[in-house]
Amino acid sequence: MALLEVEDLGVTFRGDREVRAVDGVSFTVDAGEVTGLVGESGCGKSVTSLALIGLLPKQNTRRVRVDGRALFDGLDLLRADTRTLRDIRGREIAMIFQDPLSSLNPVVPIGVQVAEVLVRHRGVSKAEAQRRAAQLLDRVGIPDPNRRLKEYPHQLSGGMRQRALIAMAVACRPRLLIADEPTTALDVTIQAQILELLKELVREDGTAMIMITHDLGVVAGLCDRVNVLYAGRVVESAARRPLFAEPVHPYTIGLLNSIPRLDAGQGARLTPIRGSVRDVLPWSQGCAFAPRCDRAVEECLAGPPEITGDPHSFRCVNPGVGVDLEEVR
Amino acid sequence: MTAETLVELKDLQVHFPILRGVLVDRVVGHVKAVDGVSLSIPRGSTYGLVGESGCGKTTLGRALLRLVEPTGGTAVFDGVDLTALGSNAMRTMRRRLQMIFQDPLSSLDPRQNIESILTEGLATHGIGADRAARRALVGETLDAVGLPRWALSRYPHEFSGGQRQRIGIARALVLSPDLIVADEPVSALDVSIQAQVLNLLATLQADRGLTYLVIAHDLAVVRHICDTVGVMYLGALVEQAPSAELYTRPLHPYTRALLSAVPVPDPDVEDRRERILLTGDLPSPANPPSGCRFRTRCPWARERCAQERPELRTLAAGHTVACHFAEELE
Ligand SMILES: Nc1ncnc2c1ncn2[C@@H]1O[C@H](COP(=O)(O)OP(=O)(O)OP(=O)(O)O)[C@@H](O)[C@H]1O
Ligand SMILES: Nc1ncnc2c1ncn2[C@@H]1O[C@H](COP(=O)(O)OP(=O)(O)OP(=O)(O)O)[C@@H](O)[C@H]1O
Ligand SMILES: [Mg+2]
Ligand SMILES: [Mg+2]
Repeated sequence: MALLEVEDLGVTFRGDREVRAVDGVSFTVDAGEVTGLVGESGCGKSVTSLALIGLLPKQNTRRVRVDGRALFDGLDLLRADTRTLRDIRGREIAMIFQDPLSSLNPVVPIGVQVAEVLVRHRGVSKAEAQRRAAQLLDRVGIPDPNRRLKEYPHQLSGGMRQRALIAMAVACRPRLLIADEPTTALDVTIQAQILELLKELVREDGTAMIMITHDLGVVAGLCDRVNVLYAGRVVESAARRPLFAEPVHPYTIGLLNSIPRLDAGQGARLTPIRGSVRDVLPWSQGCAFAPRCDRAVEECLAGPPEITGDPHSFRCVNPGVGVDLEEVR
Repeated sequence: MTAETLVELKDLQVHFPILRGVLVDRVVGHVKAVDGVSLSIPRGSTYGLVGESGCGKTTLGRALLRLVEPTGGTAVFDGVDLTALGSNAMRTMRRRLQMIFQDPLSSLDPRQNIESILTEGLATHGIGADRAARRALVGETLDAVGLPRWALSRYPHEFSGGQRQRIGIARALVLSPDLIVADEPVSALDVSIQAQVLNLLATLQADRGLTYLVIAHDLAVVRHICDTVGVMYLGALVEQAPSAELYTRPLHPYTRALLSAVPVPDPDVEDRRERILLTGDLPSPANPPSGCRFRTRCPWARERCAQERPELRTLAAGHTVACHFAEELE
């Protein structure tokens, strides 16, 4: 059994209009493994991860309906009571967000924030926690950690803040780390440092990780298994190499064809996906991607397509044969 | 073929004063956002400016249009030194130099419909004999950027990100500019939409002979659309080369680090590549390091780098680099 097994996760926001933000997402994460959730803005990546740890705004009210199962080491996170969840968060499951400033307390020194996690979840003394906090900052590559401990978030650069946040996240050696676009706000050279750090954590501590990103380049370098999301559903799922070598869903193929690559022939025209994510069809009527799809056939509108295939699975009635990446180069 | 030069920057500088004081502000220093940049852009070509956040790319673009005042150097546009123009003359000139922005929504007035957004500039610059002529021009421009005519009566929030960027492009294009400064034109867009906008920019250039200065932090995007690329670090160019050459033969340690850090969507490439991991962060542009500005993060820095600021030197046709030891590192 995998460490985390997400089965048919669904999230519906009820307001004036019902929004089915996540619509039957399933995936698994193993210890020492990185599972990627990739897709464009609004496809449900963040909602998926927040639902798992019970942090959706108004998650336990009638405004939000969460269905499905999410077994974390046998415990269904979606049905766990608030106290159990609070206990698990930070100790067993930790999260890193895109914008470190909004997840750090601006009026509390970095060192106190890191130490606090240890005091709360590990019950160590304050002095011991401070000592370990310094070690943690050192481990995530913050120079001069003893001085930095006393500084406030705004005194650190964006890259440093993200490191501080990672230090907090790994303070209790969580078994699962959820990283939601952890490097999107950072420069590439800093991004490279942070990704290297995350890889090291997974390798050395055997942490399981969910990596949420829209950057297929990041996925290619980091994820063992990749789930491509579109309009709240997984449309293709495969191990990293087959996904890039033989993508079959027209959306995945379209994404790969539309990004300029550093190693591609120059001046070649990119092949965009037409329309935008606004041109969706509700899944209940057919394939949500059909209105933008070059391979769309009548059958696409005949009802919701099932996901098929194992271990390389896809949700498409007229799959592509995959791009010849040699040719693109 | 020697192409005519449209833009020529010489030693352009923008230093922002840092003000402190209790009752009366005093200048306590300067942020050297752009600190002596020289470059030239041939008519009809695309120049790409890359570099990390805060290195001065946007400030450079704005200084060229005099949306911020340069504190030194010259910016010659089609033979005219813009830095010497009076404000009226500059306003007239501005029709020929247009800018498009990263976040199309925040640069479009939400209360103006698309027609009013597009005709505003025409009125300011007295283009088009009458309302009908302006409408025709606006209609043509909509066609060129691939927006439907019914868009005219709609408002910015009714469009997707990619469509909004088309509106931003149309607003610039309708004035028939010679130069478009595009500041991060696709970075706020979804991956699948970026290609639409990049292709549109290429088509418009081919059809209308536009010249572009493209500012971007995404090196793959820049490589894709630019003829020449300049790499900026802390307010100065550290390397400049024809696009193909820069990517196959980067000479400056910073360029090499930057290129090695860009993720490539190919597991084979990712697994094989060697990263040059830089340590530390960008120093403050208010207090840049002595000598070579990159030396504090450079894996190859030596004593001379702290003492002497390297000048841009030409090492191959059109390929200049500001590093004392570029040849040795190759
Ligand atoms: N509290 C909410 N109420 C109503 N709808 C919501 C709420 N939160 C998110 N949504 C909707 O759910 C969908 C998925 O949002 P989500 O934030 O998961 O996207 P994402 O994939 O993380 O996108 P991004 O890449 O932009 O972060 C979107 O259409 C969004 O508008
Ligand atoms: N009006 C201003 N007053 C003072 N400092 C400024 C001003 N505008 C920019 N700066 C500073 O000048 C430097 C260069 O900023 P600029 O916006 O040009 O960078 P950039 O390369 O465009 O960065 P990014 O990639 O984040 O857009 C930064 O240190 C910035 O804080
Ligand atoms: Mg998100
Ligand atoms: Mg900028």
